[in-house]
Amino acid sequence: MDLSIFGIQSVTLIVVALITGAFLVLAALVIAKLISPRSFTVKKAEPYECGIPTRGESMLQFKVGYYLFALLFLIFDVETVFLFPWATICRSLGENGLTAVLVFLSILVLGLAYAWRKGALQWK
Amino acid sequence: MFDFGIVTNWIDSWLESVMPQWAATTIECVLVGVALLLVYALLALFYILYERKLCAWFQCRLGPNRVGPWGLLQVFADMFKILIKELIAIKGTDKFLFALAPYLVIIASMLVFVNLPWGNGLQLADLNIGVFFMIAASSIGVLGILLAGWASNSKYTLIGAMRSGAQMISYELSIGLSILTIVLLSGTMSVSEIVALQANGGWFLFRGHIPAVIAFVIYLIAATAETNRGPFDLPEAEHELTAGYHTEYSGIHFGFFYLAEYLNLFIVSGIASLLFLGGWQPFNIAGLDMFNEVMNYIPSIVWFLLKAFFISFVIIWFKWSFPRVRIDQMLALEWKYLMPIGLFNLVLMALVVVLGWHF
Repeated sequence: MDLSIFGIQSVTLIVVALITGAFLVLAALVIAKLISPRSFTVKKAEPYECGIPTRGESMLQFKVGYYLFALLFLIFDVETVFLFPWATICRSLGENGLTAVLVFLSILVLGLAYAWRKGALQWK
Repeated sequence: MFDFGIVTNWIDSWLESVMPQWAATTIECVLVGVALLLVYALLALFYILYERKLCAWFQCRLGPNRVGPWGLLQVFADMFKILIKELIAIKGTDKFLFALAPYLVIIASMLVFVNLPWGNGLQLADLNIGVFFMIAASSIGVLGILLAGWASNSKYTLIGAMRSGAQMISYELSIGLSILTIVLLSGTMSVSEIVALQANGGWFLFRGHIPAVIAFVIYLIAATAETNRGPFDLPEAEHELTAGYHTEYSGIHFGFFYLAEYLNLFIVSGIASLLFLGGWQPFNIAGLDMFNEVMNYIPSIVWFLLKAFFISFVIIWFKWSFPRVRIDQMLALEWKYLMPIGLFNLVLMALVVVLGWHF
């Protein structure tokens, strides 16, 4: 069942982990702020980038190719989410379930084939 | 196998006998938090030394050997040094996102820790959607990396973060598909049940026929990419992008990304050992009772850690064996090879399961 170590609810433990993670970062930051030196110069506050002074704004538009892959990822990630429940009861569903999922998968593979054919998988 | 559940149950019943329920639960939650912090820190320290030593041996060097015997104290020196470095505030950054990014990266790895099967009865939270939760939790890390690159007000970090994001979300699909293959074989998403099904040496890598082996190979490749390591370290290709998404972070701020990178290496290795190598189950061969007896004598936590360290070793080995790939090659490998093979493999495994070809 969903009960875990010490008989605590799993959800509580997940919250504990969340707080622990945040605490680790916060505690280390506080310690570092206390013992590390601090000074300020105009030059030091500039972004390092590659060593030479940065020109212009840095939060700008970037290559559209990344978006294409993100969109494709979205489709296939949602697909895996749909497949997980089927995977757990695949045995009891038997051949009928398998056929249904094969139809579902073939539609998605068609989508992948379409994207491939259209050149969406090509990095330009 | 010694069941650590006895110890935790004993602590639980003792605490509840001396104080009310709510106080006992609070103390237990604090205990879990302290244990998580301790394990996190110890594993990070171990992994830093492990990788440096292994890298040195692959390159015929000695590696760290000045501080302490075999350089054992080097990592402590490094950690202290990183703590006393100045935290430089960069001009023009998005301050909130810049500060938020390390939190996300660390929390993502901490969440997965809760669900790993550390040993017999040592698993912290046993969700009934265990492995699914792991995928969900570990993908929060991508957000942290994207934020770090975006908020840094530097073009190199932006490019590094975008590359990293594209790489991690792409390879997450392959990881998802290979995990799905094993869920199909085991018929459950609960971590403890997956481990229990692999008892008596029936590790899924051996039991799942060819589909499990293919899934294992795909998982290893995708895990290497997912942790931004080995031949897939182009997000931080140092001759192109300085250091990728964490170029502008300094001191302990950078340290968080460094820690999370090593902990992610442990996490992907841990998940691989959970899914394919039987979690904390000892290596048994049917029929050899004496051998099995000796193997069962080794504590379960040692088994789990050894398997995870072995897979980490393989992933570090990749790094020194293959040259870095280009971004188009990286995306082509995922979308044109691993992904179709993974889908095909899934169908193969479904056939194996439905028609009952497995052991």
